[in-house]
Amino acid sequence: MSQETLESDAPTSFVAQVRQAMGGNVRQYGMIMALLLLVGLFQVLTDGLFLQPRNVTSLLVQNGYILILAIGMVMVIIAGHIDLSVGSVAAFVGATVAISMQRFDIPWPLAIVLGLVVGVIVGAWQGFWVAYVGIPAFIVTLAGMLLFRGLDLMMLNASSVGVPDGFQVIANGFIPDMGPNTGYHNPTLLLAILLVVLFAVLEVRKRAALRKHAMEVPPLSISIVKLVVIGAAVLAFGLLLASYKGVPVVGLILGLLVAIYTFVTRKTVFGRHIYSVGGNSLAAGLSGVNTKRIDFMVMVNMGLLSGVAGMVFTAYLNAANPKDGVGFELDAIAAVFIGGAAVAGGIGTVSGSMVGGLVMGVLNLGLANLSVDSNFIQIIKGMVLLLAVAFDVRSKLQGRPSFIGMIMSGMNRSSSPLPTEVTPPGPEASAGERPESKVPVGSL
Amino acid sequence: MDNMILSMRGITKEFPGVKALADVTLNVRRGEIHAICGENGAGKSTLMKVLSGIHPFGTYEGQIFFEDQPCEFKGIRESEHAGIVIIHQELALIPELSIVENLFQGNEVAKHGIINWYEAAANATELLARVGLSENPNTKIKNIGIGKQQLVEIAKALAKRVKLLILDEPTAALNDADSMHLLNLLEGLRHKGITSIMISHKLNEIEKISDSITIIRDGKTIETLDVKADGINEDRIIKGMVGRDLDHRFPPHEPTVGDMLLEIKDWSVLHPDDHSRYVVQGASLNIHRGEIVGLAGLMGAGRTELARSIFGQSYGHKISGVLFKDGKALHLKNVSQAIDAGLAYVTEDRKTLGLNLHDTVKASITSAAVRKLRHNGVVDDNLEIVAANKYRRDMKIKAPNVDVGVATLSGGNQQKVVLGKWMFTGPDLLMLDEPTRGIDVGAKFEIYEIINRLADSGRGVLMISSELPELLGMCDRIYTLSEGVITAEVPREKADQETLMRYMTQGKIQRRTVQQ
Repeated sequence: MSQETLESDAPTSFVAQVRQAMGGNVRQYGMIMALLLLVGLFQVLTDGLFLQPRNVTSLLVQNGYILILAIGMVMVIIAGHIDLSVGSVAAFVGATVAISMQRFDIPWPLAIVLGLVVGVIVGAWQGFWVAYVGIPAFIVTLAGMLLFRGLDLMMLNASSVGVPDGFQVIANGFIPDMGPNTGYHNPTLLLAILLVVLFAVLEVRKRAALRKHAMEVPPLSISIVKLVVIGAAVLAFGLLLASYKGVPVVGLILGLLVAIYTFVTRKTVFGRHIYSVGGNSLAAGLSGVNTKRIDFMVMVNMGLLSGVAGMVFTAYLNAANPKDGVGFELDAIAAVFIGGAAVAGGIGTVSGSMVGGLVMGVLNLGLANLSVDSNFIQIIKGMVLLLAVAFDVRSKLQGRPSFIGMIMSGMNRSSSPLPTEVTPPGPEASAGERPESKVPVGSL
Repeated sequence: MDNMILSMRGITKEFPGVKALADVTLNVRRGEIHAICGENGAGKSTLMKVLSGIHPFGTYEGQIFFEDQPCEFKGIRESEHAGIVIIHQELALIPELSIVENLFQGNEVAKHGIINWYEAAANATELLARVGLSENPNTKIKNIGIGKQQLVEIAKALAKRVKLLILDEPTAALNDADSMHLLNLLEGLRHKGITSIMISHKLNEIEKISDSITIIRDGKTIETLDVKADGINEDRIIKGMVGRDLDHRFPPHEPTVGDMLLEIKDWSVLHPDDHSRYVVQGASLNIHRGEIVGLAGLMGAGRTELARSIFGQSYGHKISGVLFKDGKALHLKNVSQAIDAGLAYVTEDRKTLGLNLHDTVKASITSAAVRKLRHNGVVDDNLEIVAANKYRRDMKIKAPNVDVGVATLSGGNQQKVVLGKWMFTGPDLLMLDEPTRGIDVGAKFEIYEIINRLADSGRGVLMISSELPELLGMCDRIYTLSEGVITAEVPREKADQETLMRYMTQGKIQRRTVQQ
């Protein structure tokens, strides 16, 4: 069979084209659909309360720190590890920063720098044990969970330490309004419009790149549909926030981190190497990747983001408390797995984890809006995690692996590039016959 | 056919795209030692997997009769219940458990699920005596040598009341004394009426102890020889193993040999875990530009280990010797330095060591040199697509585009992706370890053409292969490796399969062990 015939094997029906634009991704698509369904459901059940601007804003503020943790956690999990200590580390950094401001009168911007530095040091400590001593991350961070909780409790000595107003802005503040009185928050609207423009530019550039390299360019209609959907979503969300107080500062921090880490995981050598190490560390090692260094850096980064999350949470509560951060690690890990990451490593995306985190956040908030008992909320969240991952495992067995992140990005690097249903040899090669599912031939 | 303990008739086993066994017949007489010989990949192990139920009934065609009863084993438990026990080359012992715990693993001396350790210990002592092992049954497996572990495996089989014992390369990892003891033990078991099937590459051992030999080649039974009656010697076995004609399976190639590219002298490598064992010992070889040099050796001879120790010390312990590239001495400490020095190693184990099966074709091709894609510090997706498409074209990789998952490609195309991956690093020397393993004939030819083109472009190629015809068809010079020692350097004109096989099975003339 010649290459030419293969290349012209493009899907013909519109549905197939849409599917391909989604990256053939049942799971990603399913998760976003589930999120939208949940939002719709709560909107109906709460008689329209759920999508009130105020409620949506608090969704962001209340989940910001978990989402920040999930960014670091997904990278740790892609690399094939886990971090159980993030809650304790966040509490430890929060306490350090609060005490530095209250007792030593360190100005809050400097205290933030201190918090970041402490986070990095903690990450380096754990990374050293994981990467260079070869202790499984599960053990290292279980120890870290106890260790940093202990330090946190010792420093706080069973009391709360308040933080100054300036510091509280990072969790509870909003961008100040400016410009003419439109009845909306102007900077937020501007931001939303800029985002839509950015997506459009990226899509155009992607199409140009495909054309330049003589690759198959999806029909214009697909791109337009994609842009309209994404654009409408962004604008609607922006409008929603703009009709209250605008984008909260924590939303801005989160958005910035998501952008930075999406870029890092997709567009840098370091990001590529994380996927290589997690996907097959032996092959990565034989390809010249310094696997220990990658493991180390991933843990350092997790420490840094734990620090950020710890400070955001402290600011959110206006004080550092002894019980801060308990159970954060579980929420962050759940977000990552609902977002399509693989337990064995090698698969996962920042954007997927954000969707996963939002599913949990929407459940929390929506059920709380409905005055559901918080114990029962736990049960529901547990079931959602179980079912989401079960769905993932099922679809992988059926050869419909997840392609998390394709749709969110509009970029051309698929970051969880498992095989799609594109079948090189012939149309009849069904999912069950994919090569890696076969028993290898060979002698013992 | 009287007094046959085992009769396998018309066994055909297909893997997707490959016919591993085609109409194989194996008849084993009661109370004999029956050897199965064949090149790597001939189908010996597959046949034993069919017999022991690892490939369950229904996944193969043909019939198996054991003690005149038709067998339909669905798993290893059923075959063991019938009295067939297989001892794999990789021993199935648990290092952290004691001898006695291992002996009765899955076969515990128990009543109502509660283990009687006193009875177990008593039985263990008796079993160990039968295999001539005077070791405390409470010793942990990890604390006894590999030779004794092999004996424990046999004792474990005896505990299961074995009637037919299958040994896959039992002496491959043993030293001479341990090998001798094992072979004597097998003879002793024969006197007690236990039938053995032995897969081995060590022809001298086979000649010495076996009663019959069945030779398998390319998944077919070639012949069954009666050692005593037919007066069989090693040469006769070799002839059966390799007797295959070299047709037009290789593209014609005229080498243009240039300057010396890579040379190693007195290269020795110790086993990474067992620091008393040489995996490669005193090896010297050289490769010129434009030259395809073969490295022949049977499984366990140290071919892969040699190549990987050269490739930035990615295998082995205390590597000694000197390495010159283009006349300059190099000390390559890690893979990244080896890649920078222009070396590439294409692994024999594509799926575990060569590819990240989650990756797309383009990400696989660029994975060993992502740095080359950097543009202002950012990985440039466009550069990646350009590079990946270049190799898709050059290597004729059959994929709809470079965005598809590499796992969706056939074995041959995956191999081309791996070759492309290493070409992208811009190497001078490529070490190709079994470059055509598990690939169909058509794709093999294309890979041969690629290899020839690499040599013609002034690069050097070191080609490791278990298939002698492939080495004879492709290489300008062939080194033979046996038990870690280079036993010969054979120029193309003088090379034939019998000569190579002789050097490959010659063994170490003198075995030296290092003092710990």
